[in-house]
Amino acid sequence: MTPPIGEIWVYLSASPLLGLTVTLLAYQAAHWLYVRSGQRPLANPVLIAVAMLATLLWLTGTAYETYFAGAQFVHFLLGPATVALAVPLYTQFKRVRSMLLPISAGLLAGSLTAIISAVLIARLFGADLATQASLAPKSVTTPIAMGIAEQIGGLPSLTAVLVIFTGVLGAIVGGRIFRLAGVSDPAICGFSLGVASHGIGTARAFQQDEQRGAFAALAMGLNGLLTALLLPVFAGWLIQ
Amino acid sequence: MLSALSLLLVCQLCGEVVVRWLALPVPGPVAGMLLLFLLLLLREGPGEELRTTSQNLLKHLSLLFVPAGTGIVVHLGRIGEQWLALLLSLLLSTVLTLLITAWVMQWCAGRKA
Repeated sequence: MTPPIGEIWVYLSASPLLGLTVTLLAYQAAHWLYVRSGQRPLANPVLIAVAMLATLLWLTGTAYETYFAGAQFVHFLLGPATVALAVPLYTQFKRVRSMLLPISAGLLAGSLTAIISAVLIARLFGADLATQASLAPKSVTTPIAMGIAEQIGGLPSLTAVLVIFTGVLGAIVGGRIFRLAGVSDPAICGFSLGVASHGIGTARAFQQDEQRGAFAALAMGLNGLLTALLLPVFAGWLIQ
Repeated sequence: MLSALSLLLVCQLCGEVVVRWLALPVPGPVAGMLLLFLLLLLREGPGEELRTTSQNLLKHLSLLFVPAGTGIVVHLGRIGEQWLALLLSLLLSTVLTLLITAWVMQWCAGRKA
């Protein structure tokens, strides 16, 4: 006796196995497309995988919470992966030490630009307060950004989405922007990508070379710290 | 691989504890990254195992952002209403941040040289 397909679906949709499996499959497919396209930035694997999964959830009428019950195992690895960034950082430590002034100045300028420009542009085009507050920490890595958003009156889960799209955008436009701006030092390119686009920019930087990756990782960590300290201080004044 | 993974988790755990204990505005994993970095300075570098494990984990860093990104489905209503503000804010602010960070760094590096 084989049970009807509907019963199997009821079982599978309630177990974390399905959410986890489709996440890995969607990412593998997206990564395959990315490699096939010759690693074109526009074929960003996060963007494609998210589009596929969102369509799948919509077609099957699955709630995001149900999907996340499985996908949380992948999400959890963000923690250990963030810790692991210490290794490339250590490898590049000599170069980092020789660039302390440009790093501090670039960090401060970039961090403030990311926060203030995001909020002011959104306000100019009519975004409401919750949207502005959710956008403010958009250049910071997901776990930090969600914490800040909660503190300043944003919607943490919206912030997570905006953070990821910021990362994808930075990874897409980064190379072109640096060429236009006449910046070629891999340490500077990597660091700028990390300030503007956190972990996804870092992932893109690592695909190019280790030096870029390490500087992006450093920038991501530092910008996370700085934004967490700075933003709550002037959020009330900025977001109106 | 197993001992390297344990080390990463122990650092993260210590990071979480320190952050909560001192009420720091930093997430645990970032504190864990700083702890591991200090440990590497003390031990003068990562072993072969930690090096390969972290390389493997970071090779697919993008994958780890997919579950949170899929959360877009929860906010389609708000995004639909304010899509222009969101799109322009994300795009222009990201481009500005990239440009200003890179230029400030290049200017400072050039002055020193």
